[in-house]
Amino acid sequence: MQSPTNFLKHKGWHQTAIIAIIGGIYVFASWILSFDNLAGFTAIPRAFAWLGVNFKPTSSSMEFLPKIWQKLIQTVLLAISSTVVASAISIFIALLGSKVTGINGTVQTIVRGIASFFRNIPLVAWSMILLFSFKQSDFTGFLALLLLSIGYLIRAFMEIIEDEASETMLALKATGASYFQVIFQAVLPQILPSILSWILYTIENNVRDATLVGILTGTGIGFIFDVYFKSFRYDAAGMTVLAIIIVVIALETISNQIRRVIL
Amino acid sequence: MLEVKNLQKSYEKDKPALTDISFNIKPGTFVAIIGPSGAGKTTILRSLNQLIKDDDGQIILDGKDIRTANKEQLRKFRRQIGMVFQNYNLVERLTVIENVLHGRLGYKSTLAGVFGKYTQEEKEEAMSLLKKVGLENFALKRCSELSGGQKQRVGIARSLIQHPKVILCDEPIASLDPASAQNVMELLKRLTDEYNLICIANLHQINMAKKYADQIIGIRKGHLVFDEDADLLSEDILRTLYDQDITKELE
Amino acid sequence: MINADEQIIQQPNPPKSPEIKLHENSLSRTMIVVVFASLVVITGYTLMHLDAAGIQLNTAFKELATNLQQMFLQPSAGTDGFMPLLQALAGSVLLSILTTIIGAVFGFFFAVLASKNLTNAYLGAGIRVVMAVVRAIPTIIWALIFSIICGLGTTAAVLGLSFHSVAYLTKAYSESIEGIDKSTIESLKVTGAKFWVVVFQAIWPTIIASFVSWTFIRLEINFANAIAVGAAAGAGGIGYQLFVASGMSFDFHETGLIVYLVIFVTFVLEFIAVKIRQMYLNR
Repeated sequence: MQSPTNFLKHKGWHQTAIIAIIGGIYVFASWILSFDNLAGFTAIPRAFAWLGVNFKPTSSSMEFLPKIWQKLIQTVLLAISSTVVASAISIFIALLGSKVTGINGTVQTIVRGIASFFRNIPLVAWSMILLFSFKQSDFTGFLALLLLSIGYLIRAFMEIIEDEASETMLALKATGASYFQVIFQAVLPQILPSILSWILYTIENNVRDATLVGILTGTGIGFIFDVYFKSFRYDAAGMTVLAIIIVVIALETISNQIRRVIL
Repeated sequence: MLEVKNLQKSYEKDKPALTDISFNIKPGTFVAIIGPSGAGKTTILRSLNQLIKDDDGQIILDGKDIRTANKEQLRKFRRQIGMVFQNYNLVERLTVIENVLHGRLGYKSTLAGVFGKYTQEEKEEAMSLLKKVGLENFALKRCSELSGGQKQRVGIARSLIQHPKVILCDEPIASLDPASAQNVMELLKRLTDEYNLICIANLHQINMAKKYADQIIGIRKGHLVFDEDADLLSEDILRTLYDQDITKELE
Repeated sequence: MINADEQIIQQPNPPKSPEIKLHENSLSRTMIVVVFASLVVITGYTLMHLDAAGIQLNTAFKELATNLQQMFLQPSAGTDGFMPLLQALAGSVLLSILTTIIGAVFGFFFAVLASKNLTNAYLGAGIRVVMAVVRAIPTIIWALIFSIICGLGTTAAVLGLSFHSVAYLTKAYSESIEGIDKSTIESLKVTGAKFWVVVFQAIWPTIIASFVSWTFIRLEINFANAIAVGAAAGAGGIGYQLFVASGMSFDFHETGLIVYLVIFVTFVLEFIAVKIRQMYLNR
């Protein structure tokens, strides 16, 4: 048996070791990547000073606003539609693949595999492959967001079904109800609020990701930011960032309100 | 009449969970299954409606063996066997009456069930059953707003609307406070007599079993060690069942 | 068959009563219906007005199928060679680890100051608002902004990724801290312990499990972001190689290999996360 003082001493050593390891990794990574910590941290105040001077919207940058606004709305619409289509597909696959409602072990394993495969293919790869086939169009952005969202939503929906619906599923099965009756009368009503909450979260996320997709594929708000930024129209670029901030925070607030009511 | 003959079940090879369980139950009987945790009480109960597939034996309800039933026949068996759960297993987000009506799904066509179309008669029966369990004023409340005892009474109403011959109760009062537990047990006892049901409950509380059950089945390590009228349960038998002196609980 | 079941319970026979309602209109039900309906309407509208740039959809899909087949069935290292790709991959992994460490340290510090049950309301609210704004700006934009000051490269990438990480982890950690039972904090406060002593003796041990989970979730996100920043801001690493292979030299075999490498790393990260989480839960 360890004595209490020994235990505390041991624990102290343990913590020190972990901190040392993490610190070591940090130093090693900085060195390999040749990241100059001092230069990096002093760059932060300079960056904000620069932002304050250059990104400040001027009266002339107001004329960009209608165009920015139009692109931003378009981006939000794309984020919503890709999420909704992805969730329609995902809920179906999640029902097939969850441990509670699934068909059998083989299907469950396959579904899990597919979900994690889709989730882990980088958004950059999707965007570029799709750009090659579908050219510079909204459809490319739509597909890229759709494919990534499917990977996330299948996993999320399966976890929701397994956490929330297994007990009621059993009860209705015991009454002699058929598979589809159980799904529609017990499983779906039970999980709907959590599903909706995840859909809202994915929409927020897709708006942010749409910026990246836009820069790569030349669509939506990402494209317009890239254009302003690279042509040194920093006041307009600042305007764009401001618009993104407002929309993302607005979406987050609306989602939180909806969640408060439904959950 | 429910006859169980030579029921066998093992979850792992060479580790039998149930060995050679046989008993008979007549209609209008309230049966308590008692025994230590892990003795196999839940396995017996759940194999009676085949939520757990047992390995061998016979389960005969009114002359027909449920174990040989195909999928469609099994559904028809199951709707004659109501089930009440420890954690109630209600769809918490739906209303009380919607949850009661779920008991009718086994009688409906798939499509009608999927869309939740119930007839006026079914709705009226649901209301009268809610009255019977004392919840007529809660019909439109969400189940998540109810107390444990109330939820369990919704669960009982859901099983009654199936027009069952048998009601299986898996630890029906384990999550309830003493007063609600008393209520639920009294309700189950009354309904057993009124509808001439076979009511089988897994119980941890021996005093409850003594007080309400007509017949008591004692299970120990997967073997049936007692199957008699409730009055015949003695301290000696309890000692063998639980490997220890718990006779104090009888008082 | 069995059909003797209807007679057991006598049907009550009241005079024709009005239709029995199954549920009342509650705010929550209405909200769910309204939100779902609006989402579907918006989606329908968007899809109908989607600009497909006049491409032939079925030829495009066929082309996509060919490319995917090249990617996933015939991956190869292409002109870059395998070792340089591995080096670039290691660079991206290190970048994500580095920024996650920065995010975790500063995130914890800010989370303590932002949690409602620890600090005064104004400081907490101030930090939360700032973090919400920082989070609202996508990582890629942060990286682009810093690239003007520091030039394209590692420093801009590190700062860009760190900013978003700090904001994200501040929120995650402070939610864990706010979930702590009040009595845990009070019991140490009444002994007269100083603020940071309470933090490291009472709060840190209580949230360590969720701290570890959130940090590893962020590590996975940061790896994805490191690739994105490499591709879209030219910050190097495997992301840049991916961008060149798929968007400039159109070598889909190499794209496939890079995607496989990335998937392999995410699996390894996920595996390590699960193991470490288990370690902390079992202690």
